[in-house]
Amino acid sequence: MPLTSSAPFRFLRGKNAAASILVLSLGLFPPALAAFPLQATDIPNDGGSRIGLSWRPPPNPPAQWVVLRSQPEKPFAPIDTIGGDQAAFTDETARNGIPYQYRLVALNDSGFLSDESPSATARASWFDTAKTNVAVVIALFLALVLYYISQAERGKKWTFRTIAGLNAIEEAIGRSTEMGKGVLYVPGVQDIDDIQTIASMIILGNVARMAAKYETQLLVPTPSPAVYTVADEVVKGAYSDVGRVDAYRSDQVRYITTEQFAYVAAVNGIMLRERPAANLLLGAFFAESLLLAETGHEIGAIQIAGTANVHQLPFFVVACDYTLIGEEYYAASAYLSKDARLLGSLKASDTVKILLVITIVVGSVLLTMGHSWLAEFFATQ
Amino acid sequence: MKREIPRLISMAAGIFVLIGFFVPHPAIRTTYDDLQQWVIIVVAFTYVLGMANIMRINLKQIGARSKDWPYKVALVAGVVITMAVGFSEGTKYLDDGTRFSWIYNTFYSAMSATMFSLLAFFIASAAFRAFRVRTVEALLLAVAAFILMLGRVPIGNAIHPVLPQAAEWLMNIPQNAAKRGILMGAALGVMATGFRIILGIERTYGSEGEGT
Amino acid sequence: MSPSLAALRYLDRRWIFLAIGLLVVVPLLTGFHIAPVKPSPPSRGFFNAIERLPAGATVLLAGDYDPGTIAENYPMQLAAARHLMARNVKIIAVELYPGGPPLTDRVLHIAGEEYHKREGYDYVNLGFKSGNEVVMSQMGSSIPRTFPADRSGTPVSRIPVMKGVENFGQIALLVSISAGFPGTKEWVQQIVSRYHVPMIAGVTAVSAPEYYPYLQAGQLQGLLGGMAGAAEYEVLVNHPALATHGMDAQSLAHVFIAFMILLGNLAALPQRSAEKR
Repeated sequence: MPLTSSAPFRFLRGKNAAASILVLSLGLFPPALAAFPLQATDIPNDGGSRIGLSWRPPPNPPAQWVVLRSQPEKPFAPIDTIGGDQAAFTDETARNGIPYQYRLVALNDSGFLSDESPSATARASWFDTAKTNVAVVIALFLALVLYYISQAERGKKWTFRTIAGLNAIEEAIGRSTEMGKGVLYVPGVQDIDDIQTIASMIILGNVARMAAKYETQLLVPTPSPAVYTVADEVVKGAYSDVGRVDAYRSDQVRYITTEQFAYVAAVNGIMLRERPAANLLLGAFFAESLLLAETGHEIGAIQIAGTANVHQLPFFVVACDYTLIGEEYYAASAYLSKDARLLGSLKASDTVKILLVITIVVGSVLLTMGHSWLAEFFATQ
Repeated sequence: MKREIPRLISMAAGIFVLIGFFVPHPAIRTTYDDLQQWVIIVVAFTYVLGMANIMRINLKQIGARSKDWPYKVALVAGVVITMAVGFSEGTKYLDDGTRFSWIYNTFYSAMSATMFSLLAFFIASAAFRAFRVRTVEALLLAVAAFILMLGRVPIGNAIHPVLPQAAEWLMNIPQNAAKRGILMGAALGVMATGFRIILGIERTYGSEGEGT
Repeated sequence: MSPSLAALRYLDRRWIFLAIGLLVVVPLLTGFHIAPVKPSPPSRGFFNAIERLPAGATVLLAGDYDPGTIAENYPMQLAAARHLMARNVKIIAVELYPGGPPLTDRVLHIAGEEYHKREGYDYVNLGFKSGNEVVMSQMGSSIPRTFPADRSGTPVSRIPVMKGVENFGQIALLVSISAGFPGTKEWVQQIVSRYHVPMIAGVTAVSAPEYYPYLQAGQLQGLLGGMAGAAEYEVLVNHPALATHGMDAQSLAHVFIAFMILLGNLAALPQRSAEKR
């Protein structure tokens, strides 16, 4: 026989649920017949306003629970109704700094009523401890960057391996000059908020300086108005840097369209009509990589591509003369400018990479031996 | 000043966003979220500049009857007509039966799909022209390519049931291992680029004033 | 043999275009059949994730593609919508590609009519919002605040299927149909890693390798790669449609590309012999 079919609990059933909530909110609880513990704690690492409840569902739980909440000098009041099979609930309406207590009551005739939870207070965190691992790596990386930059400023020199694709950029621009043709610079199809596009704008500065110096026509079709604005500024600045403001033309940098394939159609059209001697495809590319590179090959242009979109690399490797792979692409600006401080950041990057490799090997050995603490420290999910 | 102010803004925004990533407290997070909203608003304004650029360049070339000027006419007409139709139909411009949806289905949809489909043709011609087996590594690559191309389609299973399994193994093990290596290197490159910009040592844009 | 092989090197690529064009068009027009489609483990993962959903659960269907990749993404989105509706799961759709809403609308209306589902009660399309990852991040705080109205302008407070849906706490599964950026990768980074929502994805074939690390790490429970993945899924839901019909054309195209690699290397043989001499 269900517990609440006895007289004192009939108010908890069916149509009387609303009344039951009212009574409960007034603090007139019936004696608990199937009490169970309820935990309440502040959810850590958040902006506050959240308290997590957890409980072990009783056998044969009710169809629904009513969640009740009280705060000092106020009675319990319902805040939500949730499924009976749940074992946890997050109150996202708590006010920071106020201690709350909670109870659960069954919204049927099963008579389940939880104990009062311990008092819990929502607080906003100043540091997300779940991101400690990321903070450690960033701090280490930043410290190394600063260290190697200071070393570079004191005259320290490092040897970097030759990256054929980067050496070829100047050669390609020189070749275009000899042939009396232009250079086409395609900065990918992403907007300016993509780090690959930002890296592409930095390389564009170096390329534009070379083009201005060699008096070679540089054409930059852009896939977004924001990229157009930045690219135009970059090219104008580069021409000014080498004292060739007179050679800068306002239609060198053009906004085409944000539509991926319409952009490809337009750039392919520019390639076929203008027939540049060099195509520099540097940025974030997707399905259009081969469409661009094959058209570039068809017109006989020397092609240098670079992207961190790994799945497009095979297409560029097949169809272009040189391809910058992943980190080579990000190293381009330091490599081209030969600025000691920028090269210092490459050295820091290499050092962190060695540390990562050691960590992966040590982590794998530890996991194999049954110790998971290192793997757990680096887990982000 | 012209180059220092943008650099300072970049540095301040970079440092703030980096801190915001670790601090969930509303004192920081609210501004962090607002900053992201500003990006959307600023980008929306750049469309005005972009549209002005399209019109200026193409109208100039039409006026001068420069090479291939009829293409520019088609482009300008396309932009003007599509925008006019879109604006005239208000917020429901993409609903079924509108003139804009007719443009969407008849031109935009068909032409976009056509451009993407060209990939099949270009892959075939690139395979013929550029995939040369000159070394042992290239041979391994070619064998992997054959297994994947056949194993990913029903004909592979009809040839031999091992082909799809081998294709799945290639994707899960060697492909994943190589990709993770490249991705880790690229991620470090991203961090290094970010630090260079935040520390103000990367010349992002604007003249250095070194011209002679 | 050498002169003819040498001549092959100068083969006009338009012949290759013609051949692959015919190999794709003829099977599509004639409908001849080569081999049955056999589902792969990632496609099974996609199918099983939906099978595990209880009736009445709510999923977020992100249709992040536009007509450019309609051949690959549309069949998988349609099959997923049919599967979800067949299991009486509620669908909330959003798009982060401006050209995407009409395609998702079409998918929801077709599947909705087939399974007698009502717009607003069983499914809703909240439409496009600009902002890429920022939109995803905002949805993590509040879906109704990020999308205050649906595509036709009805406030979400008046849409029954949105009742009680505040954020990802009420979303049982995230189904991402993605052509690139913003898409599957960003949903994993912004939502799965923060809110631990189960997620499955259907992506273009060319980008599928990009998502295998997420699949292996369990951040994606299933993955459909291109039209082949969509066809495998159609077989699993026992509703062969667009993708399954395209599989014979794709099979022949793959065989032809493999043949082109061989032919290209044969054509290069005389040149290599000359280099050796």
